[in-house]
Amino acid sequence: MHLILFVVFAGFCLAGAINLLLQSHPINSALSLIVVMTSLAVLYLLLGAEFLAAAQVIVYAGAIMVLFTFVVMLLNAGREERTLGSRTARAVGFPAVVAILGVIATVIVKAQGLGVATLGEGLTNAPGGTNIEQLSRVLFHELLLPFEVTSVLILIAILGAVALASHSGER
Amino acid sequence: MSSLLTQEVPISWYLLLSAVLFSLGVAGFLIKRNLITVFMSIELMLNAVNLSFVTFAYQWHAVKGQIFVFFVMMVAAAEAAVGLAIIIAVFRARATLAVDRIDLMKL
Repeated sequence: MHLILFVVFAGFCLAGAINLLLQSHPINSALSLIVVMTSLAVLYLLLGAEFLAAAQVIVYAGAIMVLFTFVVMLLNAGREERTLGSRTARAVGFPAVVAILGVIATVIVKAQGLGVATLGEGLTNAPGGTNIEQLSRVLFHELLLPFEVTSVLILIAILGAVALASHSGER
Repeated sequence: MSSLLTQEVPISWYLLLSAVLFSLGVAGFLIKRNLITVFMSIELMLNAVNLSFVTFAYQWHAVKGQIFVFFVMMVAAAEAAVGLAIIIAVFRARATLAVDRIDLMKL
């Protein structure tokens, strides 16, 4: 079951990510990115991170991607053009990316002590309680200050977004 | 069917998937010529890194890894809001989204 779910949703992830690269219209790229993020939520569930799976769907596939599609539609972004710069980036970029991937993959394949993942293991049914219990215990005791500071970060981000996007900001 | 239920997936497969997604994000960042799509590739890279955080949290039974992903999500939300506001401001000033035409600060 785990293997089937992993193969199916990893396939969705890869297909969405490759489609993001191949599509020339931004709205198609945005929709394939939603597929990637939703399939990643399923993979989080398989790895016993229920809270993060829900947060992934709500925050990433929901809030952030809605913002992206809104901006794509608001700016009426058309299909992108191929320029000289893009051809150079293609020629230099692809070998560099393949090199990065090769290095990371070699490290992962050669790494010792990596186990196997089975359904229901991990942080789901650990003795410390459910996944959300453990998460909130650490988050609201040990890491309370960073958690509260993030709310200030979000507030500043909201103010910054409003100031940048408003008409009066540019004059 | 019971053999299907007990099947397991090596941790390294998750990490390899994460590496491939990250590389696709880097490739998209390099070859895409639209400001919004470039920004989407950055989000893809963030997601790939999140997947490896969750995988390692599973491997080492460490809940802090999942909390780190939670913080990354919050910062990504703030980053997306500010980044898209910047994109709107750039579009208003230059009336284009092509990264090759936005070269005011190029040497």
